Amino acid sequence: MAQVAVPGTRPRPQPRKKPRRGLRGVLREMRREWTAYLFNAPGIFLFSTFILYAVVVSLWISLHDWDLIEPDRPFVGLDNYREVMGDGAFWAAIGHTIYLTLGSVIPAMAIGLALALLLNTQMRALGLFRALYYLPAITPLVIAAIIWKWVYNADYGLANYFLLRLHLIDEPVQWLGSKHLAMPSVIIMGIWISVGFNMIVYLAGLQAVPNELYEAAEVDGANAWQRFRRITFPLIAPTTFFLLIVQSIWGMQAFDQIFVMTSGGPPGPGGATTTVVYYLWQQGFRFFRMGYASAMAYTLFVLLFVVSFVQFRYYLKQVER
Amino acid sequence: MAAGAVARPAARARRRVRPGRVLRYAILTVGGVLFVAPFLYMVSSSFQPLSEIFSYPPQWIPTNPTLDNYIGFFRSGHQIGRWILNSTITAGSITAAQLFFSSLMAYTFAKRKFPGRDLFFFLLLATMMLPAPVTVVPNYLILKVVPLFGGNNLGGVGGHGWLDSYWGIIVPNLVNGFGIFLLRQYMKSIPDEMLDAARIDGAGHFRIYWKVVLPLSRPALAALAIFTFQFWWAALFWPLIVVSSPQLYTLPLGLALFQEQNRTVWNLIMAGSVLASLPLIVVFLLFQRQFVRGISVSGLKG
Repeated sequence: MAQVAVPGTRPRPQPRKKPRRGLRGVLREMRREWTAYLFNAPGIFLFSTFILYAVVVSLWISLHDWDLIEPDRPFVGLDNYREVMGDGAFWAAIGHTIYLTLGSVIPAMAIGLALALLLNTQMRALGLFRALYYLPAITPLVIAAIIWKWVYNADYGLANYFLLRLHLIDEPVQWLGSKHLAMPSVIIMGIWISVGFNMIVYLAGLQAVPNELYEAAEVDGANAWQRFRRITFPLIAPTTFFLLIVQSIWGMQAFDQIFVMTSGGPPGPGGATTTVVYYLWQQGFRFFRMGYASAMAYTLFVLLFVVSFVQFRYYLKQVER
Repeated sequence: MAAGAVARPAARARRRVRPGRVLRYAILTVGGVLFVAPFLYMVSSSFQPLSEIFSYPPQWIPTNPTLDNYIGFFRSGHQIGRWILNSTITAGSITAAQLFFSSLMAYTFAKRKFPGRDLFFFLLLATMMLPAPVTVVPNYLILKVVPLFGGNNLGGVGGHGWLDSYWGIIVPNLVNGFGIFLLRQYMKSIPDEMLDAARIDGAGHFRIYWKVVLPLSRPALAALAIFTFQFWWAALFWPLIVVSSPQLYTLPLGLALFQEQNRTVWNLIMAGSVLASLPLIVVFLLFQRQFVRGISVSGLKG
């Protein structure tokens, strides 16, 4: 702040001109503020190309049998959407994605909140603990997936080693190779990755809860659980809500960990860990079925719309504040 | 500071009588160890020869620590140096561009009045509703037909355009709705008087933005820079779609494909993994405070 040279003169209150109504007034104002448009021009150009235009093109492609390699791309109307509706693998992928998302987001939020509550006192080692728990969140997802793939290795991995030593299992488990265990294994890594983020956001939320409320409750003889249940939890509800929405949207786009850890497998109908985005990528960029992939993307958009809209409303509210 | 020093003896006295505090530290320590264990195991493995990695029980501390894995990784026949360079260039230029364009736009949305402002901003927020996968297919096709690049003629036909190039990774990601939103929220809190003062001194809009608004927005800019760099250094999905030549792989992309094709050389994979995580960990440790503050600055605190 110090290096900004601000002269001591107080700005004279400028007479605020009310923008004259009518086209001419607007045009005059636009001419006067032309630099604002200049500043926005690069961004608007990029947004119009890679988002607005892209969305329209995507719709157009989804109405065609658009093979990347075939030069002939016949118009097929809603056939792609009809195929999506009847595609068991797509709906299985939706199911896997919801399973993965809720399976990792909710436990990660619970653990993150628990850690935040433990850390939300005058602690000596706050910075150290924060760093320890946040470390997995810093690790690139690809790398986290590689580490855990090794942890889950049936013959040499840490997971089997510890469970065998604790006599919780009798023989090595094929974590990522088993139809039933593959997704829970990916979920555990997902929890590991995201606890730190939840913890930090909750810590910020907890710091906004006024101390007087706790003091008053203590005077009234409320125990720790009652204080949490009646004060903390309701007051941090917006944080909880925000974390749930944002992470659901991220979770529904899970791709990296599937690509590295399971390639959508283990093999079987639909592949037990194939997520929507992984399936979309396979259809579009492995089998070059661009039309079908676009139809899938639109279906995903519609399915996610409610959640995205809630997020949009949240941002709008922030803007008005 | 002074208040903290005064309060400390009292706090220490309270600390002594509370057994709950011991339990708290115990839980946090055990949990913390569990959380870093996989990570430390990666670091440790990266210094172990392959025979030690494939030993049972697993070794936590290398008996014969060696740098061979790192040397071996660079000599594995892949252009590892190029991958690191590619990650640096793409993540670096996306971060720089996003900081510039986002702050420029955020300034107009936060501090200027012009017809269409609210509509623009509303549309911008609306684009954030769009899940990224929706634009992947069309953007791939758009990049493919960029004229006069990658063997394309003026009509955008004949070659691969911006696909399989830095342009393709970078250009569609030069702006980002969230970044603009974050900066706009922060700039809103800068007092108008400071801008007015500069204006009276005869500063134009760009000068006000460059000399007044940008320096005052440093915390938000730092947060955005860290988030963006972290995201693009680690990115897999978009580079995977755009790039096909191995010399253009980013480090995460190269590693993801490397571990798929070489399933047994875990020593090299671990060395590569350490290299890929290192820059982000350094950034985090250096800027931990900005990181944490960034999360609350970004309006994420609810």
